Order: sequence, then C-alpha cells, then structure tokens
Amino acid sequence: MNPPERGGRISRGLSPADQARKAAEAAFRIEWPRLVARLTRIIGDIDAAEDLAQDAMVAAVEQWPRDGVPVNPGGWLMVTARHRAVDRLRRDATFARKLSELGREAAIGDGGETLLADLDLDHAIEDDLLRMIFTACHPVLSAPARVALTLRMVGGLTTEEIARAYLVPESTVAQRIVRAKRALAAKRVPFEVPSGPDLAARLDSALEVIYLIFNEGYEASAGDEWVRAELVEEALRLARILTGLMPLEPEVHGLAALLELQASRVRARSGPSKALVLLADQNRSRWDRLLIRRGFAALGRAQALSHESRQAPGRYALQAAIAAAHAMAFTHEETDWRRIAGLYAVLVRRFPSPIVELNRAVAVAMVEGPGPGLDLVDAVATTGALNSYHLLHAVRGDMLARLGRHQEAGASFTRAAELTSNTVEQLFLRDRASACIRYSHSAPQ
Amino acid sequence: MRFLLLVRMDADNAVEAGLDERLAGEMGKLLEDMTKAGVLLDTGGLRPMDEATRIQLANGRQVVTDGPFTESKEAIGGYCLIQARAKDEAVEWASRFLALHGPEWEMSMEIRQVDEPT
Repeated sequence: MNPPERGGRISRGLSPADQARKAAEAAFRIEWPRLVARLTRIIGDIDAAEDLAQDAMVAAVEQWPRDGVPVNPGGWLMVTARHRAVDRLRRDATFARKLSELGREAAIGDGGETLLADLDLDHAIEDDLLRMIFTACHPVLSAPARVALTLRMVGGLTTEEIARAYLVPESTVAQRIVRAKRALAAKRVPFEVPSGPDLAARLDSALEVIYLIFNEGYEASAGDEWVRAELVEEALRLARILTGLMPLEPEVHGLAALLELQASRVRARSGPSKALVLLADQNRSRWDRLLIRRGFAALGRAQALSHESRQAPGRYALQAAIAAAHAMAFTHEETDWRRIAGLYAVLVRRFPSPIVELNRAVAVAMVEGPGPGLDLVDAVATTGALNSYHLLHAVRGDMLARLGRHQEAGASFTRAAELTSNTVEQLFLRDRASACIRYSHSAPQ
Repeated sequence: MRFLLLVRMDADNAVEAGLDERLAGEMGKLLEDMTKAGVLLDTGGLRPMDEATRIQLANGRQVVTDGPFTESKEAIGGYCLIQARAKDEAVEWASRFLALHGPEWEMSMEIRQVDEPT
C-alpha cells in the first residue's frame, strides 16, 4: 500500500530527508504516550510496549525520508507498532494467548492510514491512556515513584528530562522507574481504570501526583531557581490531558482550574534577579490573562458538574475558587479577603490540614488584623505538626513584625530561612530577618 | 514554550475553495486532538480582510485606512496559540493542520515562539 503523503514538503533550509526525520522525531514525541499505552494494553507489559514503540520509530526514520511523511503520522506509528506487536506475539510463546485478543483489535483497526479517524479506536486509545495514568499513579507506589512514572509514561518525558527538572542524577530517575515497574508487576496491578468505590480514592491519587509535579515547579523545594517552568508546564499539560479523558469529573476540572490560575502568576512571582516576589507586591499586569481566563472556565465547569451531580466542591475546586478570588483583584488592595477567609474556613472544615489552617490564618489576619491571625498561627504551631515547615515560621514572622514585635519576628524569619533549601527563598527570608533585627535595635520594643 | 501559529492565505483562493463539510469536520477533529493533548491554548479564525482597518504610524502621525486593501492578497486568516515542548512539535502540529487541506488550497503557516521571560 502506498501511504498518502503530505504532498512533498520542500524546505529551503532542510533537505526533504532531514525534514522527514525531524517530522518523525516530533511525531514520535507527541504520540509516544498514546502509542505505549495502546501497546501495553495489547501486549500486557510496559517494557515490551516501549520496545515496540521504539521499533516503530526506527521504521519511521527509515521510511519517511524515502516515502514521504504520512498524512496521519500518529496512525502510521500505531499501525506499524501493532504489526511489530503481532510479529512479536507470534515469536514469543508466552504472549501467544494475547494473539486472539489482537485478532479482534485488528478487525477494528484495519483502516490503515485512516486508523485514527476511526472513532472507536480513538476512544480505545484514550481509554488506554487513562489506564496508564491510573497505573502510574497507583497507591502501591511511593509518591516519588508515581511522579517519575507519570512524567515518563503519560508526559512522555525522557529520564534525562525528568532528572534535569528534579535536579537529581539521571540514574536515580532511571532506577526509580525500573523499580516502579517491577513493583507494579510484583503486586500484579491490573492495567485498568478503576470503577465503583475504588475510583474516588484512585482519582485522588492521580490528581495528587499532578499537583505534586506542579508544586515542585511552582515552589521549587531545592536549587537556585524559585520557579521551574518546565515542571509547571508539564503539570498543566497533564491536568489538561486528564480533563479531556475524564470530562465529567468535577475535581479534574477543579485541579486544572487551580493550576491554570496559579500558573498565571508565575511571571510575576520572580523579580528581575530571579528574587521571590510575594503576592502583595506582584506587578499584576504581568499576570497571564489567558491562563486566568482558562482557569475561570475550568472552575466554571467544575462548579457546574458538581452542582449537577449534587456533590460538594472538592479540595481542588475550593482552592481554585480562592485562587480565582485573587485573580479577580486588579490590585492587592482590591482583594476580597473576607471571601478568601470564608473559603479557607470551608476548606479547613471539609479537608482539615495544618497547612490550610495556616493559609486561613493569613486571610484572617488580612480581615481582622495580625493579632487574630497570630492566634491562629500559634494554635497551629502548638500542635507541632508544621514545626519544620519554613512557611509556618515565615508567616509567624510576618505577623509578629506587623504587631511591632520585631525581635521575635527576626528569630522566626531566621528559623524559616534555616528550614528551606531553596536559595532564592533563603535570601528573601534572611533579608527580612535582618531588617527586623535592625529595627528591633533602633526602636523600643 | 508557547507558539503562535499564524495561518496566511490568499483571500480569493480561500473564497473559491471554501470550507466544505469534510474539511470543517477534520479541522474540528484536529483541534479536539490538540486540546486533548494539552497543546491548544486558544484558537480563532479572522473575519475577511475587507472588513479590517489599518492604522499606520509614521513621523508621529497616524493614518487610518479602512479595508479592502488591494495591494496585499495574502492575509492572516486565523491563529492557534499552543504550548509545546519544542519548536519541532509546533511545526508538526502546523503541518498536520495544513495536511487537511486539498491541492486546491494555497496557504502558509508561520510558527512564532512567544517571547516569555524565563
């Protein structure tokens, strides 16, 4: 069969062969997660699926420069990989029982180049990708393992890219992924989308993984940069993909809304010398209006869906509503802190956590003043739960400073600086600590 | 990284070829794919150039001209704002868009990275 091609792309800069090779590489990178998810479903093994996908890529690099880039590169890669899967299953007796299953699939997918136009198959691939997400985010895996496996299998990042984003050696990431795959096999985790009562807990785990990736990008826990844009973008992409795969789940839209809205502030969060800029001091004209608009739209969908299904808003939708309240204020002074404090009160009641309580304290301090805010912070502090969390001490320092208790404030900021390993944040906190200490020497307490 | 994909086409050619049902359907499908891949941020088609207005600034003076503009046949017909990990991926999406159009179409796509502070 002569595949239709994209009518001979001619380029002044690149030879047609180079151009085809580049197209093959780009298409492979775009299609890789769907390809591997589909093949895993067929052959029942992630590693074997990755090998088959790689084989298809090799074939594309060989054939496209010669025959032209196919009209539907994703479909081409899928058909080729499936042919290899058939060959492999024929060769390998242990996979023989899978053959009959594949026979059934071939009946659906024999459209060749128009494969992806086949709606049934498109849905099947989406279902496979969703299975991959739930497998990679399975609670039998540790959080770092889930994160690495999700970025690799669903995000399609290479181990090298993951390692670079997390500032760890590539071998660490590679090992983490190998062990995660082994753990999934050892625990016989089925490659499926959970249903019934399992679904809610498993979805929580998947959303949490995406949120963890986002947070590491938004507020890097270590290193010299305050924001790591590639992780922010990757988490956003994953959240958007999930909204496409599970369009009726309100919390999926809630998470997407939260990430879009928080990401809208990334540009304003670091100053010219990459120093940290707090919300109050951000130049709001640098907020990304497109992401804000997308965040509002996603929040609207989350709210409509939970309303329709008579569910209370989830934790991400509530946090997104808080982020939306910030996004609505054109200046810091216009912020509706009363609304934000109210939303935090709902959040802390529904999903009690010392970190949420700490955030509520900040909002309460804005409404009622630093005194009542500090009371709430101290109530959190006495539980001891956040003793080693730098922001507890930073928030406490801020409230003490506003109450004129500069010496104590200085001590709190110093403690906060000791507890973070992000150098940008350290610098910021040490600056505040020394300002407080200077002030306490010059002014009577 | 963000990329703005600008579709340029000859206004006369566009009218002649038109957007038939097949093309409209396939374009909708591609945009859906791009959305589901977490790539498409925003997209839109532009009203014809005849309806456009141009303001030019020269020597500190502004001159306003209403369309149609006879001197340029080619104009921007639409745009996609996408998020991609590399320019090659943006080129691939643009190529998929062009591939939907038959031989009667004459058009081009410009792929421009949005300048973002890193």
